[in-house]
Amino acid sequence: MEAVQGHDDHSHDHGHGYQGGLMRWITTTNHKDIGTLYLWFAFIMFLSGGVLALTIRAELFQPGLQIVEPEFFNQLTTLHGLIMVFGAIMPAFVGFANWQIPMMIGAPDMAFARMNNWSFWLLPPAGLLLFGSFLVPGGAAAGGWTLYAPLSVQLGMGMDLTIFAIHIMGASSIMGSINIITTILNMRAPGMTLMKMPMFVWGWLVTAYLLIAVMPVLAGAVTMLLTDRHFGTNFFNAAGGGDPVMFQHIFWFFGHPEVYIMILPAFGIVSQIIPAFSRKPLFGYASMVYAMSSIAILSFVVWAHHMFTVGMPAAGQLFFMYATMLIAIPTGVKVFNWLATMWRGSMSFETPMLFAVGFIFVFTMGGFTGLILAITPVDIQLQDTYYVVAHFHYVLVAGSLFGIFGGIYYWLPKWTGHMYDEKLGQIHFWLSIIFFNLAFFVMHFLGLAGMPRRVPDYATQFAEFNMIATVGAFGFGLSQLLFLYVVLKCIRGGAKAPARPWEGSDTLEWTLPSPAPYHSFETPPVVK
Amino acid sequence: MSAIGANAYLLRKLLVVALVMFGFGFALVPLYKKICEVTGINNIARADTVENSQVDTSRWLTIELDANTRDHLPWTFAPLQKTVRVHPGQLVHVEYEISNPTGSAVTGQAVPSYGPQLAGSYFRKLECFCFTQQQLAAGETRRMPVVFVIETGLPDDVKTITLSYTFFPVEGRG
Repeated sequence: MEAVQGHDDHSHDHGHGYQGGLMRWITTTNHKDIGTLYLWFAFIMFLSGGVLALTIRAELFQPGLQIVEPEFFNQLTTLHGLIMVFGAIMPAFVGFANWQIPMMIGAPDMAFARMNNWSFWLLPPAGLLLFGSFLVPGGAAAGGWTLYAPLSVQLGMGMDLTIFAIHIMGASSIMGSINIITTILNMRAPGMTLMKMPMFVWGWLVTAYLLIAVMPVLAGAVTMLLTDRHFGTNFFNAAGGGDPVMFQHIFWFFGHPEVYIMILPAFGIVSQIIPAFSRKPLFGYASMVYAMSSIAILSFVVWAHHMFTVGMPAAGQLFFMYATMLIAIPTGVKVFNWLATMWRGSMSFETPMLFAVGFIFVFTMGGFTGLILAITPVDIQLQDTYYVVAHFHYVLVAGSLFGIFGGIYYWLPKWTGHMYDEKLGQIHFWLSIIFFNLAFFVMHFLGLAGMPRRVPDYATQFAEFNMIATVGAFGFGLSQLLFLYVVLKCIRGGAKAPARPWEGSDTLEWTLPSPAPYHSFETPPVVK
Repeated sequence: MSAIGANAYLLRKLLVVALVMFGFGFALVPLYKKICEVTGINNIARADTVENSQVDTSRWLTIELDANTRDHLPWTFAPLQKTVRVHPGQLVHVEYEISNPTGSAVTGQAVPSYGPQLAGSYFRKLECFCFTQQQLAAGETRRMPVVFVIETGLPDDVKTITLSYTFFPVEGRG
């Protein structure tokens, strides 16, 4: 009974459990608070990982060694990959999930609010372990973000810290996914059937299942590394009867679904934005759901296309080549559905829409280079060149990251209660897309000409394109400070946002006032 | 079932899925090994069989024998002859000698490699000390044979093949 009385003592704006200051953020179990924490954590990691990337690009501005030692360069490429994948992109999407899923399905909060808090607060220690590994003897892990054996078995202490960081982030992701699946399956408002869910929720449902299926496999792989390193097992040690190629097989069994983990939520975000700014319902809703599910299922049978050069029999190469190309079909379905949604819509191009259309444009380019890389003989030529670097930055930066930017501009009025500065937002978009292409488009040419990735020096024939790429990378990096300014400006003030600032948006979160109240949908809405 | 009960039930089910997948990660190791064994993809440590016993006496090949140890394995390891001249298709017998000068038993595993790499797929080893781990008692010296046939299909431009063995220590086996 005391607890109930205590409840009444607090301001009813915030409800029970609300504390001021730092303790609010440490103890919070509110999905909106936790979503905010995830998003800020991801942004800090994004800037930190970006600094690593810019150091790489600065070194590559000219041939020869100018700024960093080769050993440190290897640490930079490794940590840039790990931090962007596990620290920036994935937590950003979980941040979106926390903010949006309860509001979009009419639930009061996530299913397991305390576990939600724990999922987030595991991340900062993991981030510290990764950055701290630069300071230990031998430096950070330097064998590439894929942690291939035998290098990862031989490297110093930084590798152990990386392994622990991956364990912690894996646990965080698994808990987050369990929370998301339970929320979506058990807590939808009455009347909201699975096939009435907003596409963003669908994207996350599929993603969360992928995470539960593959994060434990990665945890297993790094555990095997750890026991190989310290406890005398021989999983990947050839001398003891192990096999280093085995690590690649296990890693990519995780790694390929991971690629879709990083893109399906972006597909979801884009599928919300395009109909809203085309003022038309999403074209082919059911086919979008099936396309996403088939991408997820296919992602389990294509892993070895990352390893065409390990000495696979031709039958294996053919199987993985065709299976990989098969993924182009559901992906094509999605792209054409977005185009069909825009077709004859009354479109307007506010910043979220710019990012969504930009996403379709650049992501499709990354998809096409992916198809080229899926062709075994071509891949054997391009393996580990800058062509691959260009390909996965087209799908991860222009794909996932542009999806994230679009989503942030789209929902920022709902989150802060203010409209962001439209003009600055549009400038941010144009700077981002121009500098992005400047940085990464030329990498296709570098790769085709044979420049290997993860090497700090290069032949002088590659000098011009590298110079262009570095200029583009610095431009892209600095443009993100403008993004930070736009977001801070929007949080601090700006035009009052109406409950539904976007004319064509029709999901449940827009029925709430802006900013969304601390507790929303305590009585579930009824969906007709 | 109450809402909270339903959530907890789903939580337990999903946790089991996560745990099973963690186990599956480890199960992939024997699974891949089995697939490689059945399909014969990864048979470097297994005796080959030879189908074609025709000797091509018109061709001579030089086989260079090389021996190394790694990771501070305190053994001396060397072939009894540095090179042998053979015909493709001919059954060849060579010997290596290892000795363990230390005062305790040490176990090692030899891993073969070939130069040019392409020659590896024409190198049929019928018997090799690299198929098993070798344990040497303190001060023991051992002569070990390799019996092989170079297949006649070996491309004509290959005149010399280097067969190189590297012995690695096997930790924790004394």
